[in-house]
Amino acid sequence: MSEAMTSSSEALGAAVAVRAEGASVILGGRMLWSAVDLAVPTGSFVAVLGPNGVGKSTLVRALLGSIPLRTGRLTVLGRPPGAASHEIGYLPQRRSFEPGLRVRGIDIVRLGLDGDRWGMPLMGSSRVSRRARAAAERVAEVIELVGASSYARRPIGGLSGGEQQRLLIAQALVRRPRLMLLDEPLDSLDLPNQGAIAALLARISREHQVTVMMVAHDVNPILPYLDRVVYLAGGSAVEGSPREVITGATLSRLYSAAIEVLETSDGRLVVVGEPEAPHHHSARHDGQ
Amino acid sequence: MSPHLGWNPARDASQLLTYHFMLNALCAGTIVAVMAGVIGWWMVLRRQSFVGHTLAVVGFPGASGAVWLGLSATWGYFGFCVAAATVIAGLPGRPAMGGFSEESSVIGTVQALALASGFLFASLYGGFLNGTTALLFGSFLGVTNGQVWALLAVAVAALGALVAIGRPLLFASVDPYVAEARGVPVRALSFAFVILLGLAAAEASQITGTLLVFALLVMPAAAAQQLTVRLARSLWLSVVIAVLVTWLGLGVAYFSKYPAGFYITTFGFAAYLLAAASRMIAARSGRWGNVMPRTAASLPTAASRP
Repeated sequence: MSEAMTSSSEALGAAVAVRAEGASVILGGRMLWSAVDLAVPTGSFVAVLGPNGVGKSTLVRALLGSIPLRTGRLTVLGRPPGAASHEIGYLPQRRSFEPGLRVRGIDIVRLGLDGDRWGMPLMGSSRVSRRARAAAERVAEVIELVGASSYARRPIGGLSGGEQQRLLIAQALVRRPRLMLLDEPLDSLDLPNQGAIAALLARISREHQVTVMMVAHDVNPILPYLDRVVYLAGGSAVEGSPREVITGATLSRLYSAAIEVLETSDGRLVVVGEPEAPHHHSARHDGQ
Repeated sequence: MSPHLGWNPARDASQLLTYHFMLNALCAGTIVAVMAGVIGWWMVLRRQSFVGHTLAVVGFPGASGAVWLGLSATWGYFGFCVAAATVIAGLPGRPAMGGFSEESSVIGTVQALALASGFLFASLYGGFLNGTTALLFGSFLGVTNGQVWALLAVAVAALGALVAIGRPLLFASVDPYVAEARGVPVRALSFAFVILLGLAAAEASQITGTLLVFALLVMPAAAAQQLTVRLARSLWLSVVIAVLVTWLGLGVAYFSKYPAGFYITTFGFAAYLLAAASRMIAARSGRWGNVMPRTAASLPTAASRP
């Protein structure tokens, strides 16, 4: 099934940012997924979808090199997982910051730039050191890019979920990564904010040639912005354009069960009949 | 001649410095205040006050045991605090900040035992109750030259280590998951910080006593973090407040019959109250409450963020 998808993405002629060949992962003695083939084109905006517990975050962590594969091969930016970590902007599944945290958003973004360097900046180094000045400029630039300039100097604990998420995206972007891996960045955001963040990520991926892979729970708020989806279910995965993948036929094959995809009059997709955690997944759009 | 506070500040200052013991107390107090101001700032940021308090309490049996065995209390404080820090830092916990909450009952148990055994050692020494009070609530009498040098050496080493790990420690403290993904050794840094905290608790205990360490470890840092959200500025502010509070406390105690621990704590509390009040006023006049209050801007810190 995935051969057709792989060849279609290679037909685009673009370089491949993330490739998986027959990949499988065992976690806690359980085979999470196997025989996963992916070919994510460079510069595309991809959502990783699927029911709870299917191993979406595990896929991200495998791409980071923090979880080893059982079989198969992963290539990230042309290298094995973990070898390209300086070119990856990673945003883990997030808890928000504690409300009382008295650290400014701008400092959080700055840590993304050089927080892993030893030592401690001394007073007023931005006035004398060219590198410190360039760093401050880069931080301001990336905060401007995500539209967080008006609140970046306020303590991050007091910001709203959407504001925090924009600053965290700025943090992940600040080192000019070629690939961004975002684990449920839209979780706990309201619908307008989910759409706004997705639009921002799509713009970044288009204008800066950054490949963006984002784990998402609900495809509908982000559907208009996506280039491709990776759908994990039934122990394997399908990759392709949203209209190719989110169909009754493809998902039925993936789940080995009868799945229906209904399209509402305003273009939202409702997946019906998922064997695992179906309620949690579809209840959100039913309620709207 | 008994010291008498007059209206002439120069005469008061020369009275303060007449006696060698007072000079030593001021030197020791300054060293301890700088160290506690810096490490306490990190402790407050990392939400590890409970760990800091536990380490200080464990210093009490260390000090009283050392006195009982005829050794210097200084070595008892350092030995026990660092040993306890090693044990606590090795406890399994979340790599995230404040990772010791699950063990709070264990730590509470250890605190009670530490206080009880400290009291036993003090009784074994001969029921020298005044000594027990000094260990628990602080004393600035009888600080020896050797003690001052030991405090200075430990403070320089600890602050040097902190400068070396400062930036990744900040990353690991406020954003542990991303820091870990970036290759920051989050667990090792957490371990190192608890050891530094043990050293700071041992130092502060020697001026404020075991039970009042928070006067120097928490109050200045908490006040500074109320006054500004700029990291470097609040760190320097924390040191300035700790040093001022210590000098004022020791100075007033010299001219008064009441203990230094009380004065240092009271001035620390006053600093915190002022800081919290000025933040509230700023929150009311400004729109958000994180606007830098004018009172803080005029303090002589000359700090600026890189």
